[in-house]
Amino acid sequence: MTWRRLAAGVALAAGAACAGAALGAADPLHRVEIKDVGFAPPVIRVRVGEAVEWTNNDPVAHTATASDGSWEVDLQPGESGRREMQKAGTFGYLCRYHPNMTGTIVVAP
Amino acid sequence: MLIRIAFFAAAAVLSAAAFAQDAAKPSDPQIAHIAYTAGQIDIASAELARSKATNKDVKAFADDMIRDHKAVNEKALALVKKLGVTPEDNDISRSLTKQSEAKLAELKGLQGPAFDKAYAASEVAYHKQVNAALKDTLIPAAQNPELKSLLQTGLKIFEGHEQHAEMVAKELK
Ligand SMILES: [Cu+2]
Repeated sequence: MTWRRLAAGVALAAGAACAGAALGAADPLHRVEIKDVGFAPPVIRVRVGEAVEWTNNDPVAHTATASDGSWEVDLQPGESGRREMQKAGTFGYLCRYHPNMTGTIVVAP
Repeated sequence: MLIRIAFFAAAAVLSAAAFAQDAAKPSDPQIAHIAYTAGQIDIASAELARSKATNKDVKAFADDMIRDHKAVNEKALALVKKLGVTPEDNDISRSLTKQSEAKLAELKGLQGPAFDKAYAASEVAYHKQVNAALKDTLIPAAQNPELKSLLQTGLKIFEGHEQHAEMVAKELK
């Protein structure tokens, strides 16, 4: 836990741009809002070991599901869920219930 | 038979006429009734599909319809309760219900892949019809801002359903 916070702090200090940073200087989370059946922002950039947090502000359930099926975050209406990114690369994901909802996570080493 | 042909051959035309007939803009209690009825109709056909469909994508789509339309209708019920509005039956609701009874009767007579195809095609047509009604009639007519906002959110969700239904229908060809 501590190392992750430290890593996030270092990343922020290094000036890594991320949506989470804009919301709170000490926030290691990269936030994605789900509203009107879409992921916003559709592309999010993080570093290995950092987490993405999705918040579902729609009245219906969604998921954030890796395109290769390797992970899934269940997102009930009004709830949040997160996933720590462990591998560098560019990963697509989608909502399993609404396959036209898609997003991308770019994970820097 | 006439009703069946009318539904399958000219659902869009018929529905456009049904919605246009109501020259006077529907009131909020009528809009709430129409939106709720439209959701219940899709839940009923999805429940039929859940028991009859053979294709796994069609089954999953039916599950999605039940989950989403139930959630939106629960939200709608909570809103009308909060606003103290009593949903009011009207010609548009009645014509939607009548049309859906004909559709369900048609679908009940089909089996296997023929059912899957007909259900997927009718979901495309139905979501097109309801989305057009939301966009052109119900949202512009809604007076209460919370009702209008829920209808707008509903439209986004149902536009997703329309695209999803088109994907499923295409796969079955
Ligand atoms: Cu979704």
